[in-house]
Amino acid sequence: MSKKAVVSILALVVLLALGDAPAAWAQKGPIRIGVITAMTGGAAQIGKDMTNGIAMWLDENGGTIAGRKVEVIVEDSQGQPNIALTKLQKLVESDRVHVLVGEIFAHIGYAMAPKVDEYRIPMLYPVIASDDLTQRKPAKWVVRTGWASSQPNHPFGEYVAKTLGYKRVATIAIDYSFGWEQVGGFQKTFEENGGQIVQKLWAPLNTTDFAPYLSQVKRDADAVFALMVSISASRFPKQYQDAGLKARLPLIGGGTTFDEFVLPSLGDEAIGGMSPLIYSAALDTPVNKKFVTEYRKRYGKVPSYFSETCYTSTRWIAEAARAIGGDVESREKFLEALRKVEIPDAPRGPIKLDSYGNPVQNIYVRKVERKGGELWNTVVHTFPSVSQFWKYKPEEFLKQPVYDRNFPACKHC
Amino acid sequence: MRLPPGASRIAIASALLVLLVAPPMVSSFLLALLTQAVIYAVLAMSLDLILGYIGLSSLGHAAYLGIGAYSVGILATRHGASFWITLTVGVVLATAVAGIFGLVALRATGVYFLMITLALGMVVWGLAHRWVTLTQGDNGISGVPRPNLGLPWSFSRGIPFYYLALVGFFLALFVLRRVVTSPFGQTLVGIRESESRMRTLGYHVWLHKYLGCVIAGGIGGFAGVLWAYYNGFVSPSDLELATSVEILLMVALGGRGTLIGPALGAVLIVGLKNLVSVYTHRWLLILGGVYIGTIVYAPEGIVGAIRQWTKESAP
Repeated sequence: MSKKAVVSILALVVLLALGDAPAAWAQKGPIRIGVITAMTGGAAQIGKDMTNGIAMWLDENGGTIAGRKVEVIVEDSQGQPNIALTKLQKLVESDRVHVLVGEIFAHIGYAMAPKVDEYRIPMLYPVIASDDLTQRKPAKWVVRTGWASSQPNHPFGEYVAKTLGYKRVATIAIDYSFGWEQVGGFQKTFEENGGQIVQKLWAPLNTTDFAPYLSQVKRDADAVFALMVSISASRFPKQYQDAGLKARLPLIGGGTTFDEFVLPSLGDEAIGGMSPLIYSAALDTPVNKKFVTEYRKRYGKVPSYFSETCYTSTRWIAEAARAIGGDVESREKFLEALRKVEIPDAPRGPIKLDSYGNPVQNIYVRKVERKGGELWNTVVHTFPSVSQFWKYKPEEFLKQPVYDRNFPACKHC
Repeated sequence: MRLPPGASRIAIASALLVLLVAPPMVSSFLLALLTQAVIYAVLAMSLDLILGYIGLSSLGHAAYLGIGAYSVGILATRHGASFWITLTVGVVLATAVAGIFGLVALRATGVYFLMITLALGMVVWGLAHRWVTLTQGDNGISGVPRPNLGLPWSFSRGIPFYYLALVGFFLALFVLRRVVTSPFGQTLVGIRESESRMRTLGYHVWLHKYLGCVIAGGIGGFAGVLWAYYNGFVSPSDLELATSVEILLMVALGGRGTLIGPALGAVLIVGLKNLVSVYTHRWLLILGGVYIGTIVYAPEGIVGAIRQWTKESAP
């Protein structure tokens, strides 16, 4: 081989090597998003709402993020922590996903968080609301894009005491940490603004017959605060009315008591019910109206907050990926970008993360009304940019224990 | 009743050999499933002692899994306890609770035994759910570290932990086989077949049944210890009625009174739940089909059916 030939081959190799560099990230293939949620079992409908939200955003945006195709792999957790952990492992190790989204239940969130940290892979929690995930036990790689349980109830406690003017409120809630944290948040601000919680009743998870609890409700209260979820939420208002309480004591509650997920299964008995949440499908903004219309066209129902948070989470991933030029393989950089995302115009309103990793967002006080033959959560008041710590200093707030069954104590019971 | 030597023994031996040599070659997802299956196999075999050898159906076996698992969860995260301490506490505590539950439940047989064990199982679930200061309620205890046995390799990796679970499995299999082939175990079979005859023959029927239940509880607790270390997490969902039912189905599917059958049932059900659900959300239909098929075509379970078949085709 002549010297010239060797030189030209070397030059060619160098050229190829150089030429390869810019082409590399175009060849990286799709961005893979792993979704873990319950697709079978009692929470399957929630899982469906969640995957609908993700699919809809991608579809509206051409199925690409930062110029790369997107592949979504949905795994069924069956609502069980050990299955969720196995599927997490499958998504990370076999499917090599770049980012994870998912889950509904707090205990599964707590089970997955250490594993997510171990794998060093970013995971978005659009639904799990357990306070301590962004308060006393934060995980580095978990980004919450939903809300903290007590977050809507802090402003609501103040609203009920000051604006609605109720002085004595009895609570009835589902007996697990989601319920304790909502009642706790409400009680703290309600009592600090001059209200009194005069009774706290707890019903087990999945209770459908509330007669034993309703007969105990103190009739001299001004209102009843109820925190219901899923099947209990669809039964409670009717029984509340049948017990003759609706006419005497106004019903208020946590967001899930009257959210869009249960409204279709409720009737006139729910009208007038007031609750706070990060979202209402009746929110009167152009972005949300478009979102609701489009969602209805595709799936034939009104979006729940599960759909909205997952829709927004997908956009969240896209914003972060765009900020780093689509280089989602650099996980540290990707995580940092995810934490910096600010969305000024999500269907639920403007969102950004606080330094503890929980969204700062609007809280809507909503009232169930009938419009056009359907039940809607009309927004009656908006608290803008509410943090999970409300008006308290985070360091001060974190000194108190996490809300539970007996904290804050019931001083006026 | 004895197996024809040959075919089935070779099948069992080769299956165990596969468990021993396959793991380094399979994907990490499959390895995770194998690890779960091996741990659940311990649990199913321990229930088989009650269901297959004493002849009583229990719907409270998840309680022992839970007691073992919570012993690890609480001691390892809050007190930094070593593997040997959590193992001892888990097994001893589960045995002790089985001792108490046995006193209550063994006053009845048949469907009444079923109902009492169900109630006792729910009591333990209720404690896990409501004794928040100890168990952290329904949020569960997360961040349980993988055990450190002072050995040169780390159990935080999949393969070493699998072999740890496999050692546990062989240990449980060995102990249970010793129990069921001993005169004590043969007496249990006698009681299962005819309680009144055994009583007439002068055996202390109640004591035999009681000890059987206590041993089963202890081994169930052992499975719980492994389970907590494997998941790194314990919550009341491990103790739910659904878990007890699942263990019962593993035993019924594989073949009660065979020990190796329930182990096979555990492998099948863990596989169906995790693998089939990757491909279809209708996996419950398939699982249901398997159960119905078993009841119709193999009421004695898979291993029972194979035994029947080899006996018939043997000369």
